Amino acid sequence: MIQRPGRMALLLAGLVSAFLLAPLLAVVPISFTPARFLTMPNGHLSLIHYRELIDDPDWARSILLSLRIGVVSSAIATVLALAFSLGVWMIQPRFAALMVGFVLLPMIAPPIVSAMTLYFFLTSLSGVSGAIGYDTWFGVTIAHVVMITPFAVVMTLVALAQVDRRIDLAARGLGASALQRVFKVILPNIRFGVMMAALMAFFLSWEEIGVTLFVTSVNAITLPRLMWMGVHDNIDPAVAAISVVLIVVTTLALTGRMLLQREEAA
Amino acid sequence: MRSRRPTAVSSFASVGATEGDADRIAAAERAARSRGASQSDNAFVTGVCLMTPLLAFLVFVYAVPFIGVAAWSVTLPKPGLGQYERLVTDPLVFSVFLRTFRICLIVTVLSVVAAYAIAYVWVRGTRLERRLVEFCILIPFWISILTRTFGWLALLSNRGLINTWLQAAGLIAGPLPLAYNEFSVILGITHVLVPFAVFPLASSMRSVDERVLLAARGLGASRLRTFWTVFAPMTASGVVGAALIVFVFTLGFFVTPAILGGGRSIMAAELVWLRMFQSPDWGLGAAISVALVVLVGALMAALFRLARPALMGSSG
Repeated sequence: MIQRPGRMALLLAGLVSAFLLAPLLAVVPISFTPARFLTMPNGHLSLIHYRELIDDPDWARSILLSLRIGVVSSAIATVLALAFSLGVWMIQPRFAALMVGFVLLPMIAPPIVSAMTLYFFLTSLSGVSGAIGYDTWFGVTIAHVVMITPFAVVMTLVALAQVDRRIDLAARGLGASALQRVFKVILPNIRFGVMMAALMAFFLSWEEIGVTLFVTSVNAITLPRLMWMGVHDNIDPAVAAISVVLIVVTTLALTGRMLLQREEAA
Repeated sequence: MRSRRPTAVSSFASVGATEGDADRIAAAERAARSRGASQSDNAFVTGVCLMTPLLAFLVFVYAVPFIGVAAWSVTLPKPGLGQYERLVTDPLVFSVFLRTFRICLIVTVLSVVAAYAIAYVWVRGTRLERRLVEFCILIPFWISILTRTFGWLALLSNRGLINTWLQAAGLIAGPLPLAYNEFSVILGITHVLVPFAVFPLASSMRSVDERVLLAARGLGASRLRTFWTVFAPMTASGVVGAALIVFVFTLGFFVTPAILGGGRSIMAAELVWLRMFQSPDWGLGAAISVALVVLVGALMAALFRLARPALMGSSG
């Protein structure tokens, strides 16, 4: 018999919930303002800022760029993370903890430090060729791979930790080669975890801003980078419109997932 | 939270594998190794080949360039430790660090208290309460930090929701200065970090043995007394873990203070950005970065020492 939270706890949790949802809800009325600056709509509502998302090609361009960078960097990050985690799992090297720690550094270090570091790397790379370094989609992709791979590694290692070593051992005893073990035994057992890692990696790249801000200037404008310009440099209510779109999509996706989980549980 | 769908075999492992099994597996592995040396060499080579690409990539793209950044801090504009001296002696830089620590402390306390309340209901509420609270935690968690920061501007700025309503109600004559100051920075960062504090707290609350609470109640302790003298101490490791996570994240926080601070309430990470792109002083930016790495490193070491159990329980 679990003791349920009392009135006090419920009240506090309710306040915190309101605090968490308030800024998301506040965006909605702002997005319908007819004005060109951040203000509450005064009497009549307008869709001009939603129109702008369609009419202004910058938005579509940045969304496409973010999608492309997200897909490519998530694919690279997932493959790198999967290979690394498989290696650690299979040979259990003596300094495994140290190596995993090193690989997780971009996740643990303050983003600003990673941003400086990748800025340094990409501006050096620009010296080699202008097409692949600072402020190019390729450069942003490399930077994102660095930032999202640690998360993919964590998720892949968690998935691997649930694989029974005895089935791998059985395969080995029956004479399977290392490659056969990987492709016929281990991968089929962790494919769901790997898929989740790839999705997570894509999502993190899709919304990455801290590092992106350092390694782009005028050419490689991802969606968060464009939103940054509409929030930081001058306040553009079009950001409210795109925010509402993103909030609606996220809420639908999460609600869908919750409903799915409920069905599974039932 | 964790979405995993174990296959038949791996769920068998999680049910059936025990300590004794681990020993037997290790023994069997040794046997397998000695049976075919060439085969295990083969596996070892494969493993190393699998690990190398990521390690090499990160050394090349991350580790070596970081040494380059660290080199900036002692060579720009002139060789020496002058930039590190400025961290303490330059009044502007020093005041930024002071403000950063102050904000870190306030945000940590606020986030942990808020997260504790909501995690409590998330773990111990009725089914409906749990669903509702989970929704309120996860929606902000998955929404981009820029959207959330913009949301605070929509609420707090001069023509935002709160000021418009207060003025319409005739409660205030002019707009209150709610945005672009330390107050809004603290609100914005707390908003981002509450969900991160919830996960370790919830995992430490889940591991509390219900029977201990029942025993306390059975022995006549009031609900409040049971909470403070039994439940709260049992979740202390979660509190420490959550507090350190929030503190470390706030230390390196950049986007929210840059927007909600309006250039007035600058934090350390934002100062790095300003010294890189607005009024270039790369040496100072690099020195602050190195200082942040050292600070975060020390705090993370403390985190792993103090809060290991709470962290191991949550993979979020």
